Amino acid sequence: MTLEFTLASARDALRSRRISSRELTQAHLASIAALDPKLHAFITVTPDLALAQADAADAALGRGEAGPLTGLPVAIKDVFCTKGVKTTAASKILEPFVPPYESTVTSNMLRDGAVFLGKLNLDEFAMGSATTNSAFGATINPWQRQDSDVALVPGGSSGGSAAAVASGMALAATGTDTGGSIRQPASYCGIVGIKPTYGRCSRYGIVAFASSLDQAGPFGRTVEDTAILLGSMAGHDPKDSTSVPRAVPDFVAAAKRGVKGLKIGVPREYRAEGMPAEIEALWAQGLDWLRQQGAEIVDVSLPHTKYGLATYYIVAPAEASSNLARYDGVRYGLRVPANDLKDLYEETRAAGFGKEVRRRILMGTYVLSAGYYDAYYLKAQKVRALILKDFTEVFTKVDALLTPTAPSAAFAIGENADDPVKMYLNDIFTVPASMAGVPGMSVPAGLDAHGLPLGLQVLGRHFDEETVFAVGAALEKAAGFTGLPQIRMGEGA
Amino acid sequence: MSYIIEGRTGPWELVIGLEVHAQVVSNAKLFSGASATYGGEPNAQVSFIDAGFPGMLPVINGECVAQAVRTGLGLNAEINLVSRFDRKNYFYADLPQGYQISQFAHPIVGKGIVDIELESGEVRHIGVTRLHLEQDAGKSMHDQHPAESFIDLNRAGVALMEIVSEPDMRSPEEAGAYLRKLRTILRYLGTCDGNMEEGSMRADVNVSVRKAGEEFRTRCEIKNVNSVRFVMQAIEVEARRQVEIWESGASVDQETRLYDPARSETRSMRSKEDAHDYRYFPDPDLLPLVIEQAWVDQLAAMLPELPDAKKARFISDYGIPAYDARVLVMEQASADFYETLAKGRDGKAASNWMLGDFFAGLNRLGKGIETSPISAATLGGLLDLIADATINGKIAKEVLEAMMETGESAAAIVEAKGLKQVTDTGAIDAAVDAVLAANPDKLAEYKSGKEKLFGFFVGQVMKAMAGKGNPALVNEAIKRKL
Repeated sequence: MTLEFTLASARDALRSRRISSRELTQAHLASIAALDPKLHAFITVTPDLALAQADAADAALGRGEAGPLTGLPVAIKDVFCTKGVKTTAASKILEPFVPPYESTVTSNMLRDGAVFLGKLNLDEFAMGSATTNSAFGATINPWQRQDSDVALVPGGSSGGSAAAVASGMALAATGTDTGGSIRQPASYCGIVGIKPTYGRCSRYGIVAFASSLDQAGPFGRTVEDTAILLGSMAGHDPKDSTSVPRAVPDFVAAAKRGVKGLKIGVPREYRAEGMPAEIEALWAQGLDWLRQQGAEIVDVSLPHTKYGLATYYIVAPAEASSNLARYDGVRYGLRVPANDLKDLYEETRAAGFGKEVRRRILMGTYVLSAGYYDAYYLKAQKVRALILKDFTEVFTKVDALLTPTAPSAAFAIGENADDPVKMYLNDIFTVPASMAGVPGMSVPAGLDAHGLPLGLQVLGRHFDEETVFAVGAALEKAAGFTGLPQIRMGEGA
Repeated sequence: MSYIIEGRTGPWELVIGLEVHAQVVSNAKLFSGASATYGGEPNAQVSFIDAGFPGMLPVINGECVAQAVRTGLGLNAEINLVSRFDRKNYFYADLPQGYQISQFAHPIVGKGIVDIELESGEVRHIGVTRLHLEQDAGKSMHDQHPAESFIDLNRAGVALMEIVSEPDMRSPEEAGAYLRKLRTILRYLGTCDGNMEEGSMRADVNVSVRKAGEEFRTRCEIKNVNSVRFVMQAIEVEARRQVEIWESGASVDQETRLYDPARSETRSMRSKEDAHDYRYFPDPDLLPLVIEQAWVDQLAAMLPELPDAKKARFISDYGIPAYDARVLVMEQASADFYETLAKGRDGKAASNWMLGDFFAGLNRLGKGIETSPISAATLGGLLDLIADATINGKIAKEVLEAMMETGESAAAIVEAKGLKQVTDTGAIDAAVDAVLAANPDKLAEYKSGKEKLFGFFVGQVMKAMAGKGNPALVNEAIKRKL
């Protein structure tokens, strides 16, 4: 039953009392019970809490007091601190951590009546592109190749969120995107995901990876669903100095605007060498769809694109090395007892952090070190400014950009595992927008030769998510993407 | 005469610079809403931000920024309208985030000047390099348990101003005068309580020595010295240590040292090789700190009168010597006391009485001006009785002593003890006659030319009148009778 609904249609069904939030929530909990042993999208499921919230929602609906999300069962990436509910960031070092506070984004959703099913798996501290770096085991993509049942990755770092939404374990989910962690898993799992403009959603209460890049955003099975959820998540928050004091627009209305008269840029630098022909073809198809709906396609250049990935892998680890210093075994989380302070740090952090996190802390520490700072961190900041300038200039000529989301469809668990750089290449199309802070959405647009979903990425101006939603909705409409993953709840389940 | 250390190889000059950490007076901490007041049960004034919890973010406290700007203005310094916060990364148990938020590359306050006055009366200008805002760390306690250390985070995140001087000081006296002057200015501004015992003001002292005319030699930094006296002592012993090293043919290593007042020595804390690599970088959780010139102007317009200006005004308005004015303005409370006292009275008499018998009385009682048993108005009552000749100066000292003991007014004491000055010439004449009659030998000596004996007669008459005779009238009567 759960996949029959979208967030929007479930909302309508709740408001017209065709279904109760308790029924809807129970159906999702049943999906989780049936599917999650295979997919492992959840770190923590909170059925009692969810049902209590559902009952409260039903009571509110009975009184005719429906908020934008009232009674809708959704799930939360396990980097959002949730009051009284374990928040791990998929790390052993936070395994025993129960926050005494609620993140602003999840507070906003609770304010709007959402029902939380539980906390979703991710790459440890959101560092990864496959959700294979979780201390609590990998998440499996609900999609499989037509010709093989080898387990595929859901992408990352918000792999649990994408897998849960794609398979019908949640109507929608939150994610965070630092270099592509919403858009790439959305593409791999055949759903919609948007990283809004940096500053649109508050980072308060989100376990930090790279503060200047981290941004929360929604996953949904439709563009409209992400528009509904983002409308609730977003908004200025005085508790986050980098959150921007701007009103939250009506994203749902924006998604209905259409693309007539819009100028859509095609950045030539995204024609990466060795790009699979089917992705190239899908991209061309996407441009055609937009042209047919009245958009003008313009070739543009983002000359510093090629430095994006290298720059990102300096800036993000640098910030991470500092952000993760607080996990020291002194005040909360894991502590490995030791005889002195130095041993306490070393043993706690060695036991608490996984390999990829340790690698990034080392890289970040290195690029900030005396003697290397200028050559790495400072230079990366300069290049970052150039990347931002590329986008600013191009957006004086076009209203949005269209690119592929990722250079491939979902790959098998274990592939790329031996080579971190190969893994990092998954982010090649998503990272530049993160560096510039502009909004980006992945929309499922087609299937590859193995029957796996492929997404197209729409990038927009700072704080112009509205155009991104309009373009995303136009692609969605033209693509008519109806594919369903192999691992999902069947009819009537 | 400049301060030098005489070594075997000749005279050595000292070069001193101070980095003063001044705790900002504010209700809340620099980046969290937690209380910034001193004291409190351990860990009672800690927010999740201060404790470095996951996902917690700093938000700048505008009042702390205002305090830094006021201080910058008080130090005649450039105010930087755009400044920035950086992270200074290092691990320590009482540093919850694993970094201190500080201003490394772009401080809020730039170059300024502090004028100091030495005992000789010479005024020297000491350059201020910069002032920046930063967070304090918590406190580690290693003596509470045999095997474990305890951490108190009440202080973690409290706003500090680090005020860095140029290496402009050349003697312990100058360093002491600078520190005292800085403390006076901060207290006037109300931006730091300057309480070194409670640690709300601490100094890192940079010391090097050199021969006259040389470039700077290697310096050592003496960390966390917590009194003016210790700063002066530490400079002296450190300078002597360095002179000995240079004169033995070795060289001074740049390092961080600690001053041990009990043994009167400095000890190495860590050398340059073990120095932390703080990996400073701009804090991505905070936007650049941008302030408006109009706001700075507004703060400037509301600054209180500062010690240098007050001193100049006291000299010109009340006609008191520079020395008196300098002592009076050292504490805002003394200056205020003086102004109340001097208003409508003889300014010189007021400063004499205040700096003399009144301060001596406070000292005797172990009290400060804030806890004085008598107010400025009460002390003024005494001065008024002197001015209108109700009592003489000698009796006044006695009255003041009684006032300090009891807190009563001068008039009440004079009345109760019957200390009113005798101006009745008949009574004075009678006393003079009696004294002359009782001392015929002294009278004869006086008349034969021993004029010094005049004082003896005055003393005897005053004694006979229990000190209450009007001195001028007594003098006059004796002169007449003799």
